[in-house]
Amino acid sequence: MSAELGQISLILALVLAALLSVLPMIGAQRNNEALMKLAPSLAIGQFVFLAGAFAALAWAFLQHDFTVTYVAMHSNLLLPWYYRLTAVWGSHEGSLLLWMLLLGGWMLAVAAFSRSVPRIFTARVLSVMGMVSVGFLLFILFTSNPFERILPGPIDGRDLNPLLQDVGMIFHPPLLYMGYVGFAVAFAFAIAGLIGGRVERDWVRWSRPWTLAAWAFLTFGIALGSWWAYYELGWGGWWFWDPVENASFIPWLIGTALIHSQAVTEKRGAFPAWTVLLSIAAFSMSLLGTFLVRSGVLTSVHAFANDPERGLFILAFMAVVTGGALTLYALRAPRIMTGEGFDWISRESALLLNNVFFTVSAAMVLLGTLYPLIIDFMGWGQISVGPPYFGAMFILLMTPVVLLLPLGPFTRWKRDGFMRILQPLAVTAAISIVAALLVCAWLGTWSLRAVSGWIGGFWLIGGALAYAVRTARASRSGLARHQWGMTLAHAGVGVFLIGAAMVEAHTFERDIRIAPGETVEAAGYRFTLHEVAQVKGPNWRADEARFSIHKGEREIARMNPQKRLYHRGGQTMTQVALKPGVFRDLYIAMGEELGASGAWSVRLHIKPFVRWIWGGAVLIGLGGLIAASDRRYRQQRRQRADASLASGAEAPA
Amino acid sequence: MIRMLIPLGVFLALLALLIAGLQTSENRKLVQSPLIGKPMPDFSLPGLYDPESTTSRADLLGEPFILNVWGSWCWACRVEHPFVERLGNEAPIALVGFNWKDEREDALAWIDQFGDAWDRHLVDFEGKVAIDLGVYGAPETFLVDHEGVIRHKHIGPIDANVFQDLMRRAMELKAEAES
Repeated sequence: MSAELGQISLILALVLAALLSVLPMIGAQRNNEALMKLAPSLAIGQFVFLAGAFAALAWAFLQHDFTVTYVAMHSNLLLPWYYRLTAVWGSHEGSLLLWMLLLGGWMLAVAAFSRSVPRIFTARVLSVMGMVSVGFLLFILFTSNPFERILPGPIDGRDLNPLLQDVGMIFHPPLLYMGYVGFAVAFAFAIAGLIGGRVERDWVRWSRPWTLAAWAFLTFGIALGSWWAYYELGWGGWWFWDPVENASFIPWLIGTALIHSQAVTEKRGAFPAWTVLLSIAAFSMSLLGTFLVRSGVLTSVHAFANDPERGLFILAFMAVVTGGALTLYALRAPRIMTGEGFDWISRESALLLNNVFFTVSAAMVLLGTLYPLIIDFMGWGQISVGPPYFGAMFILLMTPVVLLLPLGPFTRWKRDGFMRILQPLAVTAAISIVAALLVCAWLGTWSLRAVSGWIGGFWLIGGALAYAVRTARASRSGLARHQWGMTLAHAGVGVFLIGAAMVEAHTFERDIRIAPGETVEAAGYRFTLHEVAQVKGPNWRADEARFSIHKGEREIARMNPQKRLYHRGGQTMTQVALKPGVFRDLYIAMGEELGASGAWSVRLHIKPFVRWIWGGAVLIGLGGLIAASDRRYRQQRRQRADASLASGAEAPA
Repeated sequence: MIRMLIPLGVFLALLALLIAGLQTSENRKLVQSPLIGKPMPDFSLPGLYDPESTTSRADLLGEPFILNVWGSWCWACRVEHPFVERLGNEAPIALVGFNWKDEREDALAWIDQFGDAWDRHLVDFEGKVAIDLGVYGAPETFLVDHEGVIRHKHIGPIDANVFQDLMRRAMELKAEAES
């Protein structure tokens, strides 16, 4: 019964979304208060029915209702209840439902937290989001219905992909989707602004916290995905430039450019058209990501139920959404006000430079991702672009970003001088170089990557701290939230850089043959295999190797990697054993049993500073969230820029 | 105004590329089995109803046949079963069932429930022959000619289109064997 209730809920949500996409928009055009007032109620109603549909599917999973095809395909009697719950978004149909639920949630939040925004504007924003909703709900109902029945149902279901039976997978998709879908808010604000005709700084300010929050969630989602791939896939890497990873990374790069260009547009009114364009691009890239993942147009390690028909639907949807938005942009953008001019050396230029680097990076990643398509299109045969292309390109594009980043916050609006910016940072630069060299001497590493990573990292962290200290001294009230956020995020980039450089430069990796009772020495650690035991889980059995690891005389860890066989699907899975540490991770993955001797092939990794990669990403994301929570964004009226700001004194970005 | 149309132009070009990419996505995904065109590897496997009997490669030579890999644990095998039954009834050549990594009791119970579509059964409990055959996952369907050469392989469940395709190929193999 629950599946039918879910189906009906979904259809009702579609009806409300359709009303939402039409009525408040008409109301806003005719200045009809009654129609505009409908927007929040419709958004709430839509969310209620989406939540109902989601709950219905979750219930079907918890109750083992195998007459629902989706449940039968992705769950079975042995699957523990928490994985049954997360199996709801374990595959295409359900993850779209999650996507919709989150979109509904964002709309609810916009309806709830926009009291300071004029009603006409909120009505337009919600209406635009309603249109997006309609598209996705039609997509679910026509091509990917999770509530379809199969009668008679099988006695037992298949299984959730074992890769997805993991805690990382519980949170990775929701966070990622929060980010993807959150860009719909920035998109809707931009479109509402364009429809309104006058692009004012106001709407850019209103949309900033939303964009920051979405971007922060996307950061967390990507970091979690990277962490998950690291310990679950058993390859020991943290980023693979896989098309699906790229699909989430492109919107992130565009989003990074967007949050910076929004700052300029809000503060100085400069390049508003560009900000609008980036808002459109960020959401369009999210849609493109969905298309790449779901259509099977590219081959990837992420095995989603691929279906060209679905791909065609998403393309058509993209054509309407992005095509429509860009047409509107072409019609309205000439009317967009332009801000005051600025000097070559000014914060505007600094942020423009940031935007150039990030959008070019996004374009390069997009190009690399779509390269197989282009090759095919041109009839050049089949090649795939590997990590070397992306790696080289990224180092090239991000080196200037790292060098210039600490200068940005120190730069004044409108006009500034090189010496004035460089002076306070000269000390920071000197300290970071010396400190980096000392650390490298202590670690005994002189590889180019490691040294430049430490220098860059300290430069970024030091620059961020120098900014925080100086700003705190200059103002009586200390740092505002958005300044804290920025400091944290910029320092996070430094932490990330150190982690990435150290992992790339000094990962120790070796495949060994080891039998029970033997000891292998590697990089100063002694790995002893005591036994290989048979263990059982709820829906799998495994060979488990029992290792103890000694450094000197001291035992520092016991590690038990597993090779699991899942009963239902018959898949084997490598369960990596990890000993995490602030300065290094020990990582053991089991390979194959070698003959009847009881020996196994085992892969050992020692990854220095690998945690710093995700630690840095978490700092970046937290910075975004803290900035989004700034009180400034909730003020009733915009405080006109005061005289000191106009004269070019330092102002928060 | 013209300048403002640039983004739209770029987007339309991207859209065209993606549409073209969608048309050719099947080609990119088609991983040709290295065994196609090669003789089927040697094997000797027990039957399903009678575990004592064995069938080897030599027993199957002389006539073309369809080899259908399945298991009672394989959910998609249920989905394709109506088409497997049609193959058993309508195809001009023999349909051999290849029961893969399955418990005999489960397999027999499954056949009781869904019907026996195959003309002959092979049981590969350990999955060793399946490795030689390059089985990627169930269900899979191979076409083998009268000289024991693997001529075609379909990965995934059989649907109406695949069924038509398999029928056509089976008839060709039959004709080839008779000429």
